[in-house]
Formats: sequence, C-alpha cells, structure tokens
Amino acid sequence: MSELIYKNASELAQLLSKGEISSVELTQAHLDRTAQVDGAVHSYLHVGPEAALAAAADVDRRRASGEKLHELAGLPIAVKDNLTTTDAPTTSGSKILEGWIPQYDSTVVKKLRAAGMPILGKTNLDEFAMGSSTEFSAYGPSKNPWDLERIPGGSGGGSSSVVASFQAPLAIGSDTGGSIRYPAFVTGTVGTKPTYGAVSRYGLIALASSLDQVGPVSRNVLDAALLQDVIAGHDPHDSTSLPESLGSMTEAAKKLDVKGMRIGVIKQLSGDGFQPEVSARFNESLELLKNAGAEIVEVSCPSFEYAIAAYYLILPAEASSNLAKFDSVRFGLRVTPDGAPTIERVMAATREAGFGPEVKRRIILGTYALSSGYYDAYYGAAQKVRTLIQRDFDAAFAKADVLVSPTAPATAFKFGEKLEDPLAMYLNDIATIPANLAGIPGMAIPNGMAENKMPSGIQLLAPAREDARLYQVGAALEKMHEDVWGKRMIDFAPALEVKN
Amino acid sequence: MAKDELMNYEKALEQFEVVIGLEVHVELNTNTKMFCGCRNEFGDEPNTNVCPICIGLPGSLPAVNKRAVESSIKIGLALGCDIAPNGRFARKNYFYPDLAKNFQTSQYDEPIAFEGSLEVEVPSGNTFTVQIERAHMEEDAGKLTHVGGSTGRIQGAEYSLVDYNRAGVPLVEIVTKPVYGAGAEAPELAAAYVRSIREIVKGLGVSDAKMERGNVRCDANVSLRPHGQEKLGTRTETKNVNSLRSIERAVRYEIQRQAALLAKGTAIIQETRHWHEDKGATSSGRPKSDADDYRYFPEPDLVPVQPSKEWIEELRAGLPEKPADRRKRVQAEWGFADLEFRDVVNAGLMDQIEESVSAGAKPQAARKWWTGELARIANSQDKDVIDLEISGAYVAELANLVEAGKINDRLAREVLTYVLDGEGSPAEVVAKRGLEVVSDDGALIAAIEAALAKQPDVLDAIREGRMQAAGAVIGAVMQAMKGSADAGRVRELLIEMANK
Repeated sequence: MSELIYKNASELAQLLSKGEISSVELTQAHLDRTAQVDGAVHSYLHVGPEAALAAAADVDRRRASGEKLHELAGLPIAVKDNLTTTDAPTTSGSKILEGWIPQYDSTVVKKLRAAGMPILGKTNLDEFAMGSSTEFSAYGPSKNPWDLERIPGGSGGGSSSVVASFQAPLAIGSDTGGSIRYPAFVTGTVGTKPTYGAVSRYGLIALASSLDQVGPVSRNVLDAALLQDVIAGHDPHDSTSLPESLGSMTEAAKKLDVKGMRIGVIKQLSGDGFQPEVSARFNESLELLKNAGAEIVEVSCPSFEYAIAAYYLILPAEASSNLAKFDSVRFGLRVTPDGAPTIERVMAATREAGFGPEVKRRIILGTYALSSGYYDAYYGAAQKVRTLIQRDFDAAFAKADVLVSPTAPATAFKFGEKLEDPLAMYLNDIATIPANLAGIPGMAIPNGMAENKMPSGIQLLAPAREDARLYQVGAALEKMHEDVWGKRMIDFAPALEVKN
Repeated sequence: MAKDELMNYEKALEQFEVVIGLEVHVELNTNTKMFCGCRNEFGDEPNTNVCPICIGLPGSLPAVNKRAVESSIKIGLALGCDIAPNGRFARKNYFYPDLAKNFQTSQYDEPIAFEGSLEVEVPSGNTFTVQIERAHMEEDAGKLTHVGGSTGRIQGAEYSLVDYNRAGVPLVEIVTKPVYGAGAEAPELAAAYVRSIREIVKGLGVSDAKMERGNVRCDANVSLRPHGQEKLGTRTETKNVNSLRSIERAVRYEIQRQAALLAKGTAIIQETRHWHEDKGATSSGRPKSDADDYRYFPEPDLVPVQPSKEWIEELRAGLPEKPADRRKRVQAEWGFADLEFRDVVNAGLMDQIEESVSAGAKPQAARKWWTGELARIANSQDKDVIDLEISGAYVAELANLVEAGKINDRLAREVLTYVLDGEGSPAEVVAKRGLEVVSDDGALIAAIEAALAKQPDVLDAIREGRMQAAGAVIGAVMQAMKGSADAGRVRELLIEMANK
C-alpha cells in the first residue's frame, strides 16, 4: 500500500515536479485505493483508469522531455459528475442522463486537462445536486469515511468522501447553497465556494444558474488554493464569469497571518439551533484567532431569517426552467409509453421515469413560483430578500474583513434520518445559503470533533472578489488548529477497512 | 366561415371600428447565431449548423452576439425608439420539440428598444402614424417537418423531424401599439406597414428581408368594437401570413368574419388563427388567452445588455437616409409624376428601381418593367414582385436591349421568362436562344415579298396614301418571322418599295 495517498496535494506536486515520483505511479496508487475502499464508500459513479493513466503517462513523458509543466501537472483529481467530460459519462446523479457521454468538455475540465491533471473519475451527488446527503442520487448514496452509517453531506458527498477516504488528493465540487461546504463540514475536509463568476460554469449541468458555482474540494487550505488557481478565470463562454483575475489564492494561503484582521461573528448564525459541541468548537476557533492578533467583532444580518425561504423559491424556479431540456428529444433517456407515442406523452413518460422525487418536488415548486399571478408574491419577493441579504453583508463587511459562523448546525446525521422531512433536510444549509444568494465567496474548514467523533467546522465568508482573504485566514486558522492537535484533522479519521 | 356568411365589407365598417395590431419578426442576417458561433445560413443540410449551445445540451450556456445587438439597436433607432440602457433577456418557458431548451431566450419587460413610431402611406395617398410599442431581441426555434400525413401538418403524421439549423437564429420582434382610425384602409395599412418595415431593415442591411424565406414574418391582430365604444373588442391573432398580399387579405377577411359573428351576437374567441392563402380564409388555431402562462423570468445565464451612449450615437449617425427624405429625393431625381411615384412606393419597388437606374436603365423604363410586366408575373405566381429571382441590374440590361433596338417589347417579355427561369442574364438569353430582332434587309425583303404575293393591292394603297394598308403586311411578316422582325424597318422597306 502506497503511503503517497495520505500526503497533501502541495507535497505531491513538489515530488512530481522534482521527478521523485511519476504521475503514473501516483495515479495508480489512487486507483488502487479506490479498488480497495470504494465498494464501501461509493464516492464514484464512474472510474476511468485508462483515461487517467494515459493522461498521467503523457505528463511523465513531457516532463522527461524537459517540457515546462504546470505546477500541478501529474496530480490526479476527481470531478463531480455534473461537469461534462467527453471521455466519461456525465449523469448528474440522474437516471435521465444514464450513459450520456457529452460532446464537449466543461471549461473547468478543459483547464484541468490543460494543467496536466489526470481525471480519476466522476463523483457521486444528489440528483442534479438537489440534496444534502447524496441520498437523492439515483445511483445510491456515498458514505461518510468517518462513519459509514452516516451521510457524507450533499450534494457533493462524492467529492468530499473521495478526498476524505484518500481516493484522490483533490476534487472538484459545485455549490448552489452549500454543496461544497456542507460536505466538507461533515467529512473533516476543506471546500471553497468562490465568488460567483470566479470559475466558469460552462459545462456545469445547471441547477440554479444564478446560485451555482464550481469550486475546489481538498484536505487542507493550501491545496484548495492551488486548485482554485487552476480553475478560476474569465471564460467567454460564460457571460456571468468575471472579466478580471482575483489574484493568487496560493500566495494568500502562504501568508499565515491574521494580525489586525477584523473577524465578524454573525449573530444570527449561532446559539439556538446549533449543536452545543459545534458552537464549542466554533468558540475555540475564535479564541485561536483572537490570540493570533485578530479582532473579533459581532455583526448582525437580520434578513438571514428569510434566506432559506427565498432560496427555496429562487432555486426551484430556475431549476424548473433549466431542467425543461430533459425531454428525450436530443439526448438521454427516452421512455415510450403504451398507446400513441405523441411527443407530449413521450416527454411526460420520460420525465416521470427519469426524474427522482426531490427533483420532481422542486420542479413543481418552481413552476408554481413562476406562475402568472404568483410571480410577484414568490419569485419577485424572493429576489427582494436577496437584495436585503446583500445589504446585510455590505453592512457587515463595513465592520469586518471576514465573517465567520459554524458551517452547519449539526454534525453528520445517519442515513434515512431526514429523508422523509424535506424541511429538516433544507435546514442543514442555513449557514451556507446566504453566500450563494449574495454571490460572495465562502470556505468551510474543519475545527475539531464532537463527542461522537464526527467532524465539526467553521465557515469563513468574504466580500465578492475577495476570495484571497478566505485563503489567508483559513490557512492561518488551520495551522493554529494543527499546532494544537499536533496533526492534521484528517488524521483523526478512523482507518477504513481495506478490501484486497 | 363560408364566403357568403361573411359580412359585406362596407357594411362591417359602418357598424364597427377596426383596431389592428401588428407583430413583425425580422430575422437578422448576422454571420452567426444569437447565442453561439454557429453559422446563420438558410438552406444548409439539416442539423449541420448546430452546437451544444443551440441544441441545448446540458451544461451549455449562451453568450450574446454583439452584432445582433447592434442590428437590433439600428432597427430601434430607425423606428424612432428609445434604446434601453439596461436591456435584459428573459426566459419564455414552454415545451415544444423545436425549442431545444424548452424555453426561448427572449426579452420581456426590458426590451432593447421601445416607444417609437413609423409614418406609413397607403395606396390612396393617406398617411398614418403607427406607434411602435417595442422592438425586442429573441432567438428563433428549429424547424419541424411532419412526415407521413396527407397534410404535412402534425395531425395524422407518422413522425416528425426536427432541424435545429434555425434554432438560435437572431430575431427582432417589432410590436405596434393598437392602431386606430384606419377604417376601411386597415388592411392596406397593415400591408403597407410591413412593407415599410421590410424597406427599413433592408436599407439598414440587417436582414435579407425575404418574406418567402421567413426573414420577415407577420402576425396580425384584429379586433372590432361598435363605433363609440371605448372598450376594445376581443382580438384574434392571425399567423402564417407570408406575403404582403396575404396580410391585406387576411385582415380584410377577419374584419368581415368578426363582424358577421358580432352581428349575430356571437362572441369572438381570443385565439390564434391560421391564414390559408388558397382558400382565402383563416381557420381557428389554438385558443390564446392572456393567461397563457410562459412563466417569464430574467435569464440568469446572461448579463444585461448595456449599450453605451457613445455606441448608440455612433449607430444613429450611421443610419441611412430616412425613408421619407429618400422618397422626396429619388422622386425628384427620377422625374416621376406623383401618381407614378405613389405606384412605385406602394409596390415597394424603390430599391429595385434604384438598383436598375444605377445599373444604367432610364428611370421610366425601369419603372415600366417593375410595375408592369414583372408585377403581372409576380401576381400570377401569388408572389410579391421583390421576391422574384431577378436583380435590378438584369432589368436594366433588359430595358437597354429594348432601347437599343436589339429586341422589341414582345421579345423582351419572352426573354424575361427565361431570365426568371435562371437561364442567365437577358443578353445571355438573347444570344443563347437567338431572340434578337431581325433587321437584316435581305431576310425582311424576302418575307415582305412573300406577304405581298398574297396581298398584291397593298403597294397601290400605300401609293395612294392609305398607310393603314401596310399593317396587314407588317402583321404577316411578323407572323412569318415569329415576332422577331423589326417592325419599324419593315414599314420603311414597304414605303421604299411602293415609291420605287
């Protein structure tokens, strides 16, 4: 068993660039790990050893010939299965796309390929990224490597569990209301939702276009920074992508200094409704920041009270329209019902069979919210709340450089616990949703464990385009915690049973 | 409704006031489509000008074609509209297989151009000001072909084919406010309005403006109300009116049909109706109510179109001469009498005559061909003259062949039919088919002598000054030479022979 898989991505990148290890060796080590543990964890919907090893061999050959390569060249990565890839099926966790191989690569995947990063496979998610546990994946849930009885978070539970179980050093996720940050929280890993528009959405199968953002998933802050620097940047194919560069996240992550920074604690995201141990870990993090010279201030965001309500109008409204294209005509599943195969009946039968319960629930909600006569009361009102939340953030960032809260109210729950109660499920995202509504960047990092030995974590938020602040504070705080613990957070995770 | 059930037109106007409203779709002639880089080309092999964006593959995103925005602004400016500083796209949601995403990306409450007007002259010489409500950008749908039925319509078809080449082609939809007060001239006004729009977009160079190719399409709204009533009557929207003639006929038909129904006390159903050129009647389409729920909402994948003031002014400065100014100028240049010129304008033939004149034709000769023989041919083929496959330059060549005595009028008409059949330019047709008039004295004298042999008294009659007698011989010679004789030369030769 190769020990390489336990190393941080930044170290592996150095070993690769110095020629001390080959990309083929490293890629194979991760593929071996997957063969051993993914039967139990189920992070992947598709593993592509041939394509990954071919890409790895290509990087090794180019390195041997003296070619100047990207800093992360040869470092393998896993990609969430809602990003299109021409060499692997892309299902978005839905039966309606089973077996669909896209005709084009998403921009993020193109950037990974251009950097010479072999793609190991496609990770599991709740169907069309709708969920907090991967229980709504049409292909079965992923498991939390800390406790296989528990959820790995969602929608990106495949990407969080793949790095938490050492099957990949890095992964790509997408975050519409917390789908990167909540899985990071429950698996003791790191995840960033960049500023809306920082990373191209071209080739990301849309859930809610105005909220979706692609971002890095990793086991530590520096690794996430390295990955965000690979995937960020303007894309003419995505009109909503930012024209300007946000600078180097890697540089920010190396500063390890919070002296004089003002850290704002969001009053509305603490106390009642938060598991006491989650609050305790949060307060310990604040103490560390204070001791390192940061100033802790309290900020109030009164409109957050309406964030979940607004989110569950805007998201389903946009999703109901985005998902209309799944109609059997041009790609994907086609179900022909008994009787006359008229277009309406074929479309209806396909959508009935191809979409799961949560997707149907949200399509119906969204269709209703946009209906004539209801638009102003629902979608229109939700957009106003969105503006109020942005104003709350503006006021808060006038007092603080970075805002903080626990990433989620409670540590990982067990499978089935919230499946029959959508509202309880939606509450997991109470702390993460405001950032998506406002388009600002957010990062989740681990900060210890609850009594049940499940990870807890803290969320950092920064103003739009100030992603670098997250990496600066996040990396510094991570180091403070590691100094206290004497090891990395992920090293607390129990070893998985290895099947040979 | 059978012809004899319609109300007499004059009677209908005595009882009711006619209100019309026109929606004109103009297909722009940009090189590429509205939201992707695919070619915008009519008549290519089906589904060859397609990409992930215009066939709506999962993950793809639109990006606005700047040239299409420019063309739309030009149209707006030419119609005297204000240009929106912040024009937004919206999604119009409905399921139909020619609509790849099952929503049309269009503009809703924030069109690029709004509040304009257009002076329109009808054949009587009366002028009306048509108020323009808005001109907005949108994308065209694909094209459906229904196979296996007898009618080519979806009912009874075995299957349908979809060609997405047209999907995403940029359109500008120009919508008028209700037009009052045209009275009996409402049908003519409708046609004259569409003709003016065609003239404008052609003059701007932003559309090929061919109605038979669907470059310009018109939906005509008609409603009636008793004279003096303030409340508007229920309207119908007649689609599928593909020529100026059809527009006029369809509006007239709807006036007579609605009047007959209202006189019987039958309510008008708000619906779309289809015009059948062959039957000269409209038939019921689908019911259309204001409650048609397209669930419009702002397109989250696109940022607002924000044309700068400088750009708008630059485009305004580059606009061609205003139609009214141009009419004054060319009438003076060509020396046409008012009535002659009105015929030209009403037939929409200014461009054609201008092209012919600049290719060397005398203005009167160009006018004669375009408003005479070519109009007659078009009429017999149920087409508009400007849709005939002949250029202004060819018409000039034809007129000049007549002018030079190379062909006579009768031959010219024959030449014209071959030119329209695509046999080449008039000169080429004359040469290829040997249609030049015969003015070779030898051949003419032989024919005259043959004719005189049957009518020996003619020479005596001429000598006695009865010139009308020559006509019989000229006729016989023309007949013998199948019309290719130079009649003037035959007359001269006859007189010479008589006076010998």
